[in-house]
Amino acid sequence: MSTPLPEIPLPVIDHAAAAARFVADEARTNWHDASLWQVRQKRDRAAQAVPEWEALRDLASKIKAHTLSRLDEYLAQFEEQATANGIQVHWAKDAAEHNQIVHAILARHGVQRLVKSKSMLTEECGLNPYLEAQGIEVVDTDLGERIVQLAGEGPSHIVMPAIHVKKEEIGALFHEKIGTPAGEADPGRLTEAARQHLRAHFLSADAALTGVNFAIAETGGFVVCTNEGNADLGVHLTPVHIASMGIEKIIPAAEHLGVFLRLLARSATGQDLTVYTSHFHRPRQGQELHVVLVDNGRSAHLGRADFRDALKCIRCGACINTCPIYRRSGGHSYGSTVPGPIGSILTPGIDLKKYQHLPFASTLCGSCGDVCPVKIDIPGQLYRWRQLVTEEGHAGRSKRRVMAVAGQIFRNPRLFRWAGKLGRRLLRWLPQRAVYHQRNVWGRARDLPEPPRQSFLEWYAAHRSDNANKKGHDQ
Amino acid sequence: MSSRDAILQAVRQNRPDPVPRPPTPLFASPDEGLTTAFVEAQKRAGGTVVSTTADAIATLLDARFPDARVIASTAGDIVAGSMDLHAVADPHELADLDLLVCRGVVGVAENGAIWIPKAHLGHRAALFIAQHLAIVLDANALVWNLHDAYARIDVAEDSFGVFVAGPSKTADIEQSLVIGAHGPRSLTVFLLTE
Amino acid sequence: MRVALFVPCYIDQLYPAVARATLEVLERQGCTVSVPLGQTCCGQPMANAGFEAGSVGTMQRFVDLFADFNYIVAPSGSCVAHVREHYKRLPQNDAVQHVRARTMELCEFLTDVLGVEQLDARFPHRVGLHESCHGLRGLRLASSSELQVPRFSKVQRLLELVDGLELVPLDRADECCGFGGTFAVTEEALSVKMGRDRLRDHVAHGAEIITATDMSCLMHLGGLARRQQMPVQIRHVAEILRGEDG
Ligand code: SF4
Repeated sequence: MSTPLPEIPLPVIDHAAAAARFVADEARTNWHDASLWQVRQKRDRAAQAVPEWEALRDLASKIKAHTLSRLDEYLAQFEEQATANGIQVHWAKDAAEHNQIVHAILARHGVQRLVKSKSMLTEECGLNPYLEAQGIEVVDTDLGERIVQLAGEGPSHIVMPAIHVKKEEIGALFHEKIGTPAGEADPGRLTEAARQHLRAHFLSADAALTGVNFAIAETGGFVVCTNEGNADLGVHLTPVHIASMGIEKIIPAAEHLGVFLRLLARSATGQDLTVYTSHFHRPRQGQELHVVLVDNGRSAHLGRADFRDALKCIRCGACINTCPIYRRSGGHSYGSTVPGPIGSILTPGIDLKKYQHLPFASTLCGSCGDVCPVKIDIPGQLYRWRQLVTEEGHAGRSKRRVMAVAGQIFRNPRLFRWAGKLGRRLLRWLPQRAVYHQRNVWGRARDLPEPPRQSFLEWYAAHRSDNANKKGHDQ
Repeated sequence: MSSRDAILQAVRQNRPDPVPRPPTPLFASPDEGLTTAFVEAQKRAGGTVVSTTADAIATLLDARFPDARVIASTAGDIVAGSMDLHAVADPHELADLDLLVCRGVVGVAENGAIWIPKAHLGHRAALFIAQHLAIVLDANALVWNLHDAYARIDVAEDSFGVFVAGPSKTADIEQSLVIGAHGPRSLTVFLLTE
Repeated sequence: MRVALFVPCYIDQLYPAVARATLEVLERQGCTVSVPLGQTCCGQPMANAGFEAGSVGTMQRFVDLFADFNYIVAPSGSCVAHVREHYKRLPQNDAVQHVRARTMELCEFLTDVLGVEQLDARFPHRVGLHESCHGLRGLRLASSSELQVPRFSKVQRLLELVDGLELVPLDRADECCGFGGTFAVTEEALSVKMGRDRLRDHVAHGAEIITATDMSCLMHLGGLARRQQMPVQIRHVAEILRGEDG
């Protein structure tokens, strides 16, 4: 008989602590904030140039709502059409099955070198370490992703993976890994070096893997957007193309591409369109084309009425760029594949305990909801996740106690006035040392207001209460 | 149960009540200014538009790319090219391609994008591996927005098709825009005005 | 028209002058204002911290207390947004629906109900307007910078009616100040950084006074400014609309 092993608690992501570490370097925080704010401003200008911008957002949101309400039918239709087009369609329930499917295809072709364009899904699935453990070389070819791959980090942003890295640091990294001259930090010359370095990988790869931006049910094809051309360079040279996609990437028909593409790049980077919007419908002659449809929690999320709208997301990153928290805490502070506001409403659905703090890594300012091209009510979802965190018993004991007391006080006006008076008196009488104690987090960096002698209601009762409606008084 | 069936069943169980499919309008297009808007959009995207006639293009290309040695053209009636794309069996052979000249089908004024199906490429890789790209487009193939463009093309007609909007680029190093990431370092659009 | 004044709990306790200014502004516009003395709180602090369930009693109390009035006016966009949006949690009887629809932020009430076109108020200072997020995006007191809609701001329009007041432009018209309720404490480092960044924007543009519809934002900004001895004061919008020597 075996004794039960002690339970090892999984780490809970502590956003506040990570954010405090980030903010401690103020100059760097300002730099990070300014980079992202600049992207937000570009997005504003691009959106302004489209007179029907708000109508497009509305339409995009409705198309997604429609699609989600028939997702099973559209998935089946896509499979049928894609298969008829000569595409091999696979289904993966979870990350592990996705990785196995990809590996099996690669193994069948004896692939040793895989080039990969940006795919947040494969980050979510942990594909790179899985394949590397099987002896396959994986090279991320998006410049930003290559930078973080060489640095041994994960992306800190879904559209701009290396937004947290400074050019001098990239220079040092490239010097060490790909032999650029020491001290070289010019973005143009570093990009040129990466071009040469990655071209060799494109030309020697045996297979290419891409993400998918949109898959069209009606035609059985899919669309991949890049600026660099890295996805295309990979897949058009290799004998095997694998495209991995979450099941929510389906749209009903090609006419919907116009709606989403007009929103996507403008929201993401402020460009009118990505440089390459590639439409794949049939394999190249002599090539195998595979699509892996991945669930990994998405069908479960679809069942959560309060939260299913998050599946409308087209991964533009606009909510991340606009988020005043993200801009000042960096993507890694979220401890999840997808950071920022959208990450904070997606990840609690994956593991509520581990990500319990993310819905609180927000002031509920609402900028994310207003910027989102598919109109996901992100602040509303953050608010509702907060309630669930409490209902599932994850709120700390001291917080629960404080809130229980508050609930009592606010229900009872006499208690409320007594507590208020006491509080104000304490503030006036206590020595500064006590009020600004280290444990008084409010007061460490902020002065408290001078406590008044009389509350407004006390003043009103003393001076004006004959005019007042007495209803509710001293109930 | 297969993963396929398990996923589809879970989706069916969890999907919300039916939501109607909204119609997709084309949205209003201005009556004129298409060409100006297209030229502006290409400029924003880092491309160059040259309004010209078909017979002037070869000379313009010589002047613009004096050092180009390996030139492929799928617009043989306009530019001859130095190699025959159809004779290339393996796209890796295109590694030293200096310039590709091809025809575009539809140009989109709002964003400068040009639709190019596989049939106009010879090899799909040619468009991405070439150091420079030149596209020949009829001025009367311009439309205002993407809705209009999708109404005119059949995305599934060819095995592959791409909207190209400018030369390849990146801003992954500190948001500094660099033209010439992995694909062509320049895009020249010859807009045929007659 | 029976108008009730709701005074958010922390304003009642810490900023009674703001409540008095609100009362005065309303009375000067000819409203007869009642102040039910049994009022406490709308429940927002608890609900935003994830304790909406525990605040249902507070919500219900708010409804019972105010259901008989035509309008309930509060000097806080945040509390009003909470009543309007999150009182969905209560059973939607007539009283609850009425209270949700008729609870209004002060500037919203002055603009949309009273149609105020003139204010007898003077405030000869350079003022920076902080568009508090919940009023901005929750109540649409102004067009947020993300939306592509005609620009408007109900608060700014009222401030422009104040004699002598000069509004300063800002680099970031509607960035959050970082208060965020319990966020101010649980994410202290970020909250402080966000607040200092907002202050810098206002001070760089020569604001002497920062105003807002929400005293919570101002309490945070004012506390930071005072600690750092920055040359800027805070004033709730009601205190400005009433005029300096009110
Ligand atoms: S939630 Fe909206 S804004 Fe955020 S990445 Fe998704 S689509 Fe973009």
